[in-house]
Amino acid sequence: MPAEAGSDIGQASTAGNSDMVTELGVSGGWWAQTKERASFVLNEQADSGAYVQHHITNLRHPYGADDMDPFVWHLDTMVVSWLLGLFFLFFFIMAARRATAGVPGKLQNFVEMLVDFVDNAVKESFHGPRKFVAPLALTIFAWVFLWNLMDLVPVDYVPTLMYILGVDYFRIVPSADVNAPFGLSITVLAIILIYSVKGKGFGGFGKELLFHPFGKNPLLWPANILLNLVELIAKPVSLALRLFGNLYAAELIFVLIALLPWWIQFIPGGAWAIFHILVVPLQAFIFMTLTIVYLSLAYEEH
Amino acid sequence: MLPSIWTLIGQAGTFLVFIWAVMKFVWPPLVQAMEERRQKIAEGLAQSEEAEQALERATSEAEEIIREARKKAGEIIEQANQRGTQLVEQAKQDALTERDRQVAAAEAEIRQATNQAREALRERLAELAVSGAGRVIEKEIDPARHRDMLDKLAAEL
Repeated sequence: MPAEAGSDIGQASTAGNSDMVTELGVSGGWWAQTKERASFVLNEQADSGAYVQHHITNLRHPYGADDMDPFVWHLDTMVVSWLLGLFFLFFFIMAARRATAGVPGKLQNFVEMLVDFVDNAVKESFHGPRKFVAPLALTIFAWVFLWNLMDLVPVDYVPTLMYILGVDYFRIVPSADVNAPFGLSITVLAIILIYSVKGKGFGGFGKELLFHPFGKNPLLWPANILLNLVELIAKPVSLALRLFGNLYAAELIFVLIALLPWWIQFIPGGAWAIFHILVVPLQAFIFMTLTIVYLSLAYEEH
Repeated sequence: MLPSIWTLIGQAGTFLVFIWAVMKFVWPPLVQAMEERRQKIAEGLAQSEEAEQALERATSEAEEIIREARKKAGEIIEQANQRGTQLVEQAKQDALTERDRQVAAAEAEIRQATNQAREALRERLAELAVSGAGRVIEKEIDPARHRDMLDKLAAEL
């Protein structure tokens, strides 16, 4: 059933955005269009290729932009990650507002547990002031965790619903959109640079770039600086690609499982979801821990 | 998998805003509350430790007091016993003295009475002797002239 539904959407999407737009005009009115799309979803035949394609296409703005045009928004990624981030902030700020030194409530208990966990993780590897680094780590962990968690929502629910309501594409796993992890990891790179300068000074950081790892001989400077730049760039790239790769692959597997006959889906789907319960927090934790380690490497002399 | 510069920048910006919000509104109050609680617990533990020690001290003090009281009570009982014995002894002594005194008095009275009786008897005897002798030697002896001699005789009895 999800497979069939998906294929219809797939066909619609392969028909091209501009067709869809003109079709909207002809059918006249949002309600008529919604009914049409609902019957389309329920009745048409499956095409697995188009179904998969539909599930891994972001809602792009401006609509119908060229595939390789980078100057677009991914509205679904933005909206979902905002909602998740605000969800996280809402509960944490509420808990922080009500925080007492007396007997904590359940919410405060939970939030304190996370804060303590993150604080300890930071304490273990980063030995500078934690005023910024610990909140950074908590933000990464909580936000990425919530992104990943969206992968456990059944793959057809949101895209199909949004399609019926008139939104052609909607992906709800921000970490499976390469731009979101990279947005995070590039910010982390900027913070790494700031902490390098903060910890070692401009001179110290410059010296490290020029003299390590081979030596102080000016002839070796180009090799040193090249190696250091590669190392520096590899950090955010590996951070982002690790998260993206894991979640993208996982999402794809969920989509492929959804192509199976409905009566067998629960076996591989259940197994993969259970395995995913491990992956969701693990990837968030890895992202956070590596960020802390990179920052401590940047901050301290070595 | 398509690139989207604006999403990238938007995510980065959102990320920074969230970090700022966590840094400003979430982290400090929670960490402060946790720290305060830690101190409270530490204080509570210290206080309970102190109270335990105080209790121990009070218990041993109480035991000491009880022991002291017991000892004192024993002493008092001992003293009372002694005093009792003493009193009984005293009373016995007094009674004995009294008895002796009364006996002595009685004896003296008896002796006096005896003496009086003897005196009276003696006088009566003297009179009798005189009257007897008078009867014998009615004419020769003048009781008035021989009174002296008769008295001496009476005293010899």
